[in-house]
Amino acid sequence: MSDPRKHVTALLVAGALTAVLTGCASGTPAVTGSSSAAASASATPALTGTVTVFAAASLKSTFTKLASDFEAKNPGTKVTLNFAGSSDLVTQITQGAPADVFASADTKNMTKLTDAKLVDGAPVNFATNVLEIAVPPSNPASISAFADLAKPGVKVVVCAPQVPCGAATEKVEKATGTTLAPVSEESSVTDVLGKVTSGEADAGLVYVTDVKTAGDKVRGIPFPESDQAVNTYPIATVGTSKNKELAAAFVATVTGSEGQKVLGDAGFGAP
Amino acid sequence: MNRRSGTGYTGIPPWIYAIAAAGAVFVLLPLVAMVAKVNWPQFIPLITSESSLTALGLSLRTSAASTAACIVLGVPLALVLARSPFPGQRLLRAFVLLPLVLPPVVGGIALLYTFGRQGLLGRSLELAGIQIAFSTTAVVLAQTFVALPFLVVSLEGALRTAGNKYEAVAATLGARPSTVLRRVTIPLVLPGLASGAVLSFARSLGEFGATLTFAGSLQGVTRTLPLEIYLQRETDADAAVALSLLLVAVAVAVVGLSYRRPRVEAAPEGAFR
Repeated sequence: MSDPRKHVTALLVAGALTAVLTGCASGTPAVTGSSSAAASASATPALTGTVTVFAAASLKSTFTKLASDFEAKNPGTKVTLNFAGSSDLVTQITQGAPADVFASADTKNMTKLTDAKLVDGAPVNFATNVLEIAVPPSNPASISAFADLAKPGVKVVVCAPQVPCGAATEKVEKATGTTLAPVSEESSVTDVLGKVTSGEADAGLVYVTDVKTAGDKVRGIPFPESDQAVNTYPIATVGTSKNKELAAAFVATVTGSEGQKVLGDAGFGAP
Repeated sequence: MNRRSGTGYTGIPPWIYAIAAAGAVFVLLPLVAMVAKVNWPQFIPLITSESSLTALGLSLRTSAASTAACIVLGVPLALVLARSPFPGQRLLRAFVLLPLVLPPVVGGIALLYTFGRQGLLGRSLELAGIQIAFSTTAVVLAQTFVALPFLVVSLEGALRTAGNKYEAVAATLGARPSTVLRRVTIPLVLPGLASGAVLSFARSLGEFGATLTFAGSLQGVTRTLPLEIYLQRETDADAAVALSLLLVAVAVAVVGLSYRRPRVEAAPEGAFR
């Protein structure tokens, strides 16, 4: 045994470096065990295998439900879901992550994938989402309209302009001629919601669907100006998919009446 | 115990070198990959953009402040842990070291429920007119929380290695405890203190999760360099890579400078028992 302090020192240096270098690692999903789809008749094709769906984080609850419905309806199939920010997902897919379906929270990120020639066919818009003001249940700053957010002393948290919800916020600001002075510009809508549910912020700008998901932890205040910035959600089969039949079937479920009902219940608008 | 490798015999079997090399490659390869990804013609404009410089400046200032806070809080902690045995000492040490293994986001949540508006101390602080959430103070608190163990571990090790012989002699010569601390103990462990401070600084510089959870992200106020990288990555991968390299360069410079001298003692022998 040589000097044990040296070992600990080395460990510490390694730890410090790891800590410094650790930026943000997004998990890549499990492998796709695709098998040959035994497609028979067009009416009720016998689908089998696994379909890996990369979906925007805001689709978590709806797509989780749609996936289990899909599996129940098509025995022998398995839907693997990976939720993250749309731009993260695009990066993962272009870096070779095994995705069969991509559902984006905005058209911009879908275009990135189309430009990379990684989309099979044309993307289909399947939902829309608008912003809503989220306040803590007690509404400490008495917010009732978008203009209230610009009142002095109101702690407003928004998304940074670089991410879709922040771009939408900017659009609404421009359309209404209101300039917000946020106390924080978060990089995801979840972080905005977190600051409201924890009571740190007086108000946050999130999507209608986020308010619905948060339940009674926040109160939603819709505002008419939100229609100035409608976010459209497109979905597409990924070009490198090894099970395009199954991927297309899942896309059809989302865009079909069943999917539209689940999405509508969660607060999404029709495309 | 202290059989140092001064005899020329290292006692390391050759195959160890192969695995050690693999370990080094494992750490270095991602860095090389990142350097290869840098858009060099745009590198200087990218890292000297207004938002980048603001973020770097904020990072350096907050890290310096949290290092100072670590010294103020950490030196007494290390002294208590190293010098005076008391019941619950091991438990205290375990808790002080906890932020080392805690995911930073957990630290952020804990700080939120302590200093946040609805938090344990937040309400009293607000009554006193102090608002911590969304302020640069919140960034410093988050960084201090995660960096404090680095200073305590380094200094406690140095204190144990130095022993208390000189202190005892000083005391028999009539020096009061405060004088002994100032004139004997601190000068004796200064290298350990310095390396601990440097590690704390480096850890503060890389702080991300706790800051994002607890302090928010606003240019010039709470958006430090790691948060700026995280945000830039959404739209401009080149900027994110360039800033990452800048952060790595600063971190390597800081850690490298402090470990040039091999005589620096950095950790207690029993710290991880």
